[in-house]
Amino acid sequence: MALQSLDIKQRSATTTPSPQARQTIEIAKLIDVSACIGCKACQVACMEWNDVRDEVGNCHGVYDNPMDLTEKSWTVMRFSEIEEQGKLEWLIRKDGCMHCADPGCLKACPAPGAIIQYANGIVDFHQENCIGCGYCVSGCPFNVPRISKTDSKAYKCTLCSDRVAVNQAPACAKACPTGAIQFGSKEDMKDYAAKRITDLKERGYEKAGLYDPAGVGGTHVMYVLHHADKPDLYSGLPVNPSISPLVALWKGATKPLATLALAGVALGSLFHYVMKGPNEVSKEIEKEIEKEDAQ
Amino acid sequence: MQMNRRQFFKVCSAGLGGSSIAMMGFSPNAALAEVRTFKLARATETRNICPYCSVSCGVLIYSTGDKSKNSQSEIIHIEGDPDNPVNRGTLCPKGAGLRDMVQSANRLKWPEVREPGSKEWKRISWNEAIERIAAHMKADRDKNFQAQNKDGVTINRWPTIGALVSSAASNEAGYLTVKTLRALGVTQLDTQARI
Amino acid sequence: MTNHWVDIKNADLVFVMGGNPAEAHPCGFKWAIEAKKTRKAKLVVVDPRFNRTAAVADYYAPIRPGTDIAFFGGIINYLLSNDKIQHEYVKHYTNAAFLIDDGFKFQDGLFSGYDEAKRSYAKDTWKYQIGSDGYAKVDETLQDPRCVFQLMKQHYSRYAPETVQKICGTPKDAFLKVCEYIASTSAPNRTMSYLYALGLTEHSVGSQNIRCMAMIQLLLGNMGMAGGGINALRGHANVQGITDMCAYSQNLPGYLSAPNEGDKDRATYLEKRTPKALRPGQMNFPQNFPKWFTSLCKAWYGNAATKENDFAFDWLPKLGGATDTLAMFHAMFEGKLNGFICQGFNPLASVPNKKKVGDALAKLKYLVVIDPLATDTSEFWKPHGEFNEVDPTKIDTEVFRLPANLFAEHAGTFTNSGRVVQWRWKSADGPGESKEDAEILAALFLKLKAMYAKDGGALPEPILNLTWAYTQPAKPSPEELLREINGKALTDLIDPKDPTKVLFKAGEQLPSFGFLRDDGSTACGNWIYCGTWSQAGNNTAKRDNSDPSGLGQTLNWGYAWPVNRRILYNRASADLAGKPWDPQRTVMKWLGDKWGGNDIPDMAPTAKPEDYVMPFIMTPEGVGRLFSREIMADGPMPEHYEPFESPLDVNPMHPNNPKAKSNPAARVYKSDMEAFGTAKDFPYVATTYRLTEHFHYWTKQSQINAIMQPEQFVEIGEELAKEKGIKAGDKIKVRSNRGFIKGVAVVTKRIKSLEIDGKKVHTVGIPIHYGFKGATKPGFLTNTLTPFVGDANVHTPEYKAFLINIEKV
Repeated sequence: MALQSLDIKQRSATTTPSPQARQTIEIAKLIDVSACIGCKACQVACMEWNDVRDEVGNCHGVYDNPMDLTEKSWTVMRFSEIEEQGKLEWLIRKDGCMHCADPGCLKACPAPGAIIQYANGIVDFHQENCIGCGYCVSGCPFNVPRISKTDSKAYKCTLCSDRVAVNQAPACAKACPTGAIQFGSKEDMKDYAAKRITDLKERGYEKAGLYDPAGVGGTHVMYVLHHADKPDLYSGLPVNPSISPLVALWKGATKPLATLALAGVALGSLFHYVMKGPNEVSKEIEKEIEKEDAQ
Repeated sequence: MQMNRRQFFKVCSAGLGGSSIAMMGFSPNAALAEVRTFKLARATETRNICPYCSVSCGVLIYSTGDKSKNSQSEIIHIEGDPDNPVNRGTLCPKGAGLRDMVQSANRLKWPEVREPGSKEWKRISWNEAIERIAAHMKADRDKNFQAQNKDGVTINRWPTIGALVSSAASNEAGYLTVKTLRALGVTQLDTQARI
Repeated sequence: MTNHWVDIKNADLVFVMGGNPAEAHPCGFKWAIEAKKTRKAKLVVVDPRFNRTAAVADYYAPIRPGTDIAFFGGIINYLLSNDKIQHEYVKHYTNAAFLIDDGFKFQDGLFSGYDEAKRSYAKDTWKYQIGSDGYAKVDETLQDPRCVFQLMKQHYSRYAPETVQKICGTPKDAFLKVCEYIASTSAPNRTMSYLYALGLTEHSVGSQNIRCMAMIQLLLGNMGMAGGGINALRGHANVQGITDMCAYSQNLPGYLSAPNEGDKDRATYLEKRTPKALRPGQMNFPQNFPKWFTSLCKAWYGNAATKENDFAFDWLPKLGGATDTLAMFHAMFEGKLNGFICQGFNPLASVPNKKKVGDALAKLKYLVVIDPLATDTSEFWKPHGEFNEVDPTKIDTEVFRLPANLFAEHAGTFTNSGRVVQWRWKSADGPGESKEDAEILAALFLKLKAMYAKDGGALPEPILNLTWAYTQPAKPSPEELLREINGKALTDLIDPKDPTKVLFKAGEQLPSFGFLRDDGSTACGNWIYCGTWSQAGNNTAKRDNSDPSGLGQTLNWGYAWPVNRRILYNRASADLAGKPWDPQRTVMKWLGDKWGGNDIPDMAPTAKPEDYVMPFIMTPEGVGRLFSREIMADGPMPEHYEPFESPLDVNPMHPNNPKAKSNPAARVYKSDMEAFGTAKDFPYVATTYRLTEHFHYWTKQSQINAIMQPEQFVEIGEELAKEKGIKAGDKIKVRSNRGFIKGVAVVTKRIKSLEIDGKKVHTVGIPIHYGFKGATKPGFLTNTLTPFVGDANVHTPEYKAFLINIEKV
């Protein structure tokens, strides 16, 4: 008998494999950017449902607000004005967790059970188990998780796992006035996307397509883009997202070897964590990673 | 794949927990996982209509308690009514945020008066408020009411009062407002439909 | 809306001009997206800004604020000169064939009958030629030079695409592209749903803007059709209902024109308002006016309204002079008002020229604010830094602030833009001692009634005799009120065709206004709502959303006025023989013995097609009006006039007639005329609007909405920003001749400068929503800037086009 309402596929930093006998539906959220009016109903519905309220900020000279994902804004609309061959387009993309099939955050997470991937595809953070190290941030190819200033724990979109567990759509998908956010089985979402792409091609968007990047094993949040050949037009949506090679390497073939070889370093790091607390560790390492990424 | 020292360190750090913490005695059994409990399970559901624009979306209002005598209910969540043929469960950013309007820090809770020249509000009772307003109204109506115009046509008009009637009020409240204002002789009235 | 929200999905073309439904009505706008997804419909947007509706449109064209009539006139010219009209429809269902009085003229920008001193028209030539049979003369060949069709053709021939470009700044090819889209719906089986909102109405020519689109939809045969119509996307959740209840001066509930000083008695009053048919055999439905009016008098005065006392006609106050919001605040400004009741309304924020409004409120003896929230208006006397600089010690107004409930805290009905009346259920008590609006009104009224009963005073009779048979007098329930609004039989109603048959017993609720009478035997608070609460019960609470036709009519969901009809003028969805123009979208058809289909017929149910009863039953001529006769204040055919604050020195249509620069029939008070600015000092055109994250001045009180859009901003194009050295995020000051506000600059590619009559014109966009009370960052009220002038017919203020200057702070 399962001890939870959603079957678990894998847990961070946990060697005991989860039971895999049951087969449940793989779900997905499809964001049809061509129908999105940037109204932010999804942002509001997300905050309201999840009982979080971000700061009342300032206007920064753009429509975006809040300006970036935060521990309390798990989704934000990103607006970009594009002008090509005299044709103006206002591309508006809902940003947030992509719920990767191969989640970099989970792979990077050192805290047992802080990140869970459910069998339906949802990647959820369990703040009770989070040590606030911030590795999930480094591990995420989409730069999504945020560490809370209040409790030093990582937060991001849960895909409304509490709603999905009782067979309801996520709050953002339910609210979306124009149906730009659809929710259902991943298979149905791909079919729906195909129809939308046909319609867009008929309207002259020859490069319309689905964004379901293979580099992270596909995602459970997908986009229909009018310009699927240029995802970066949409406020820097990664063209070929993939898990940092380092995380991948560690978790892949070299893992058993590395476990032995790096035991010393690991112990050192653990003591560092115990002595200095999670935030400093995370910041320190983040900085180093940033430096390296810039190289 | 090339690795420098720092990357090597990063691999260790990023990966260490995955095995190391667990291997060193942090029991994976402790890592049970459960989603947040569905908070509406036993909440009371009421059907209403969003008060903002004229799409008039159907909303479901969820409140605590079951309306039993000793349970004070509090609205905890509002979402779209999927049965409503117009919004079909969807809501815009205004409608989806209705709970914060109902529970706005600026909701008025009791009658207040600001007296001539004063810099402050003063809390008063409903009785006092109604009596003082009615006294103003009657004095003004009795003084300025026009029964006839100069041509002798009966006009029965109270020319020194104006009123704005809310387009956010229900039809029933709006009708009653119009009925009472006209009975008092008010002709200067208007609503948001104008502007 | 002549149609309704869901019906937008039936359109082949959704045309948005003067609205921004993606932002202001997102959940209704879903049906435009649905039309795109399921019918391959096109969405075309014309707007000064590339807004969030344009972001999902198939085509967008820019326009200078305040020049819609030039654009529409160009469309009419295009349709007529390219023969893109629905011929049968135009010939039979409009007044195209009607002959117009020989005295009617249009010269040098003015229609016949203009009186410059009064700024108004004598309209005695704006009428049909009447034949010896008493009916209007027609020429069905449409060739007579005095027929409406020919006059219209001539009038709009002046609006060539080049002229449109010169006035509107819309590039000629973009304008022609829009025309092509629109013209494609002249095919009898193609429709355009036209969506508009305050972008069309908030102009000194607002009513004529809407007239233009009504004319275009008639020419294309799109009225009465599924996926067609003129669809006003209205503001508040119940602005339609409160308009129906006529919470404004000119009308009594149900759009019954209120008595004025010219109506010395009931007979005179009724005679002026009961029209005779202008063509043979037409329904001329307003001929029933006396039944509706008498039933209203009985609803209000019951047994005290008798034949002998003219059904209490004298107790109704008679109008004298203008009483709209602008007129009221002007009267208040001049010290002519002593008291003011402000229910759920924030005029300091929402009426133009905040300084004037604040000064006006300061002249009152008492102000009563009834509201769920602490509004800016309630604190007009209180200093709030630079946002509200006042000295309370010099303001003698006594201000009462009474806490009212919000929607969640009381039951009752709201009527949506599609005229569907829907019941709501109460879900919680309001905070503290707050009360329902009806209870507050009742408390005030009953107190006054007791004072008049005890002490007497000026004309106590209408107060003492007003019907008040509510179970709890201090708390009239919404159920009781809706039953009163619906109406009932006061005596047994005998079938006029069979005196032995009682149609309704005394006291029974009536199912439709067809049963109302003018002899005092029926009572009805609002005739168009008759049917909402029949003997069968509360029809507004019906919740069966089944949709057998697939058109989205849902006839068993709530109750639409009139008589649950969802698409107005639906007889026009079928040809003369009663065959639907588009059988795929049948709204109405002749079934051989009666009308039927997927709606309630807008026609006498058994009127045979060969009887030639035309679809526009609310007009005495039975047809839609391309020429509006004497109905409008500013002309029977729309003409372009410049906004009162225009970047141009002259009206390019009439460069030599200064009288025809701006709407010659718009009312302007002298002091407000003096407060207009000129392009020399205020070179940029400003337009104000809503953002999707906010609702008027309410949601600034809601934290979650404050988070989404926290602070006043001002949108300017990249070119203007460069000229002024302004970068995105800079604080800028916006100044008009009436004051200034400050906001954060949003520099955008979405507003382009336009070439107007050889001159470069920049548009600046200013969202409303912010103020000094709320959860958003404290700010200025945008209406500090706007001019105090309105439309010539209904005096809706010109918020959408005025002049400003900007500078970096």
